[in-house]
Amino acid sequence: MIVVENMSKRFAGAKAVSDLSFVVRPGVVTGFLGPNGAGKTTTMRVIMGLEAPTSGRATIGGFAYRDLPVPLKAVGALLDARAAHPGRDARSHLAALAASNRLAKSRVDEVLGLVGLETVAHRRAGTFSLGMGQRLGIAAALLGDPAVLLFDEPTNGLDPEGILWIRNLMRDLAAEGRAVLVSSHLMSEMALTADHLVVIGRGRLIADEPLEAFVARTSTETVLVRTPEPNRLAAVLAGLGAYTTTGDGMLEVVGVEASVIGDAALAAGAAIHELTPVRASLEEAFMELTRDCVEYAAATALR
Amino acid sequence: MTGLDAAVLVRPTRWAGFSAACHSEWIKFRSLHSNRAALTGAAVLTVAIGALLAMATSSHFHPGLVAGQAAWDPTSVSLMGIGVVELALAVLGVVMISAEYPTGLIWVTLSAVPLRGRLLAAKTAVFALVGLVVGELLSFAAFAVGQVVISGSAPTASLGQPGVLRAVAGTGLFLAVIGMLGVAVGALVRSTTGGVAVMVALMFVLPGLGQVLPESWRDPMLEFWPTQAGGQMLNVAPQAHALGPWAGLGLLVGFTALVGAAAAARFVYAES
Repeated sequence: MIVVENMSKRFAGAKAVSDLSFVVRPGVVTGFLGPNGAGKTTTMRVIMGLEAPTSGRATIGGFAYRDLPVPLKAVGALLDARAAHPGRDARSHLAALAASNRLAKSRVDEVLGLVGLETVAHRRAGTFSLGMGQRLGIAAALLGDPAVLLFDEPTNGLDPEGILWIRNLMRDLAAEGRAVLVSSHLMSEMALTADHLVVIGRGRLIADEPLEAFVARTSTETVLVRTPEPNRLAAVLAGLGAYTTTGDGMLEVVGVEASVIGDAALAAGAAIHELTPVRASLEEAFMELTRDCVEYAAATALR
Repeated sequence: MTGLDAAVLVRPTRWAGFSAACHSEWIKFRSLHSNRAALTGAAVLTVAIGALLAMATSSHFHPGLVAGQAAWDPTSVSLMGIGVVELALAVLGVVMISAEYPTGLIWVTLSAVPLRGRLLAAKTAVFALVGLVVGELLSFAAFAVGQVVISGSAPTASLGQPGVLRAVAGTGLFLAVIGMLGVAVGALVRSTTGGVAVMVALMFVLPGLGQVLPESWRDPMLEFWPTQAGGQMLNVAPQAHALGPWAGLGLLVGFTALVGAAAAARFVYAES
């Protein structure tokens, strides 16, 4: 498992990550969520020993990355889909990585089969599509049959089939008892993949909880009510503890269910022309949560 | 130790780790078509240009000139094409490291070999061996072809004559050291264009500019310019205002070690 403890990373005076602590447990997919620029990649690079933290630490099974006896058997990572020499064929790329950790040569063909690249193993990585490059990167990550896996935005730029494949792969890897950390800036993606969420914004921890808890906590139900008498109905609903906003013959009601609103309107003799429950999407909940943490927000929010 | 089973915790010895890193770098080097093409092209050009230059130079040979002029050195004449493979090894040495940066491959490499000193040492060792084998093969080939070409119009050299074997075999050594210098510059500069520019300036441009300096500046500069000093290996006959072959190569090795130390310091201790 991965343990990040009070980790901070500063670049040229600017704090990229501040006092971040979380744990990635085996057997579950942990979604690492945050807007672009939140510090997800920096955190993953610190875990991988590619950056030294300014303070705090990150360990894998108790080891700092560089102290891992056989790194590829402990950790597999996909940080960048394009991270292969364009002139080198896929099999040699993997063979070189396998040799560096004295992994069995047979693993190269095994992982090529696993990601479905066996027919293009002799082709240069430079001729690969983005999706094939992604599969090659994942093959490299799986080479050492590692107990811990990190994927940085693995579905970026993939077609729906590729996204589905990666989603299932991550779920399978977790089901085999591995610790899987997947970063994304899309809540909707994480809702389908992750069991546990670690949410950061501007380098700070915002949430660290199971997906269901996050969903229950952050999604609120709003009911849209169209009525000729908005002010009278608003007064009635306020008496029931609802919070309403009015405008243009519409009421936006938070805090009571649609059925309660219907009953109340009938009892008060107020006509209702429309009654629509609207569940805030997870994406909206996530945007709400990280709104103050987005680096460059559009001046007028598009909703 | 959640998730890491016992097999993962068996640490290989330092030597096993280093030789595995070397094996990996060797697979990387030989699997690039561009490396094979560059070396094959450089080999053909080195021998061909060497033969042409030997032919041209030996056609001007006059026995009468020898006494008053610099001695006729058929060994160094046959090695005049070596500059081509010297340039190729310098460039490929730089590329050993610089080519990993644009794609981010270096981060994959470092996640497999997180000890940066080990990685740099492995890259240097593998390329030094490539440079040595290629350098020796080509210097002996250029010598052999050159002597055949020269034999038509001028006295030739043979490996049995004093200093000739040292010059031919030493040229291979010189080329291996140039390759190592390329790797060091690549690690220091981390860019192919930048690294190649530095190597070309070191080997050709600055010594060329040195030629136009006043004599009192030129002679000491060229005598102690590291790549010029190392190039004394190519001569059998001693040169004026130049170090001896071993002292010259020693100077180049020292300079390469210095650049290598700076490269290691940046590569190992500077983050990312």
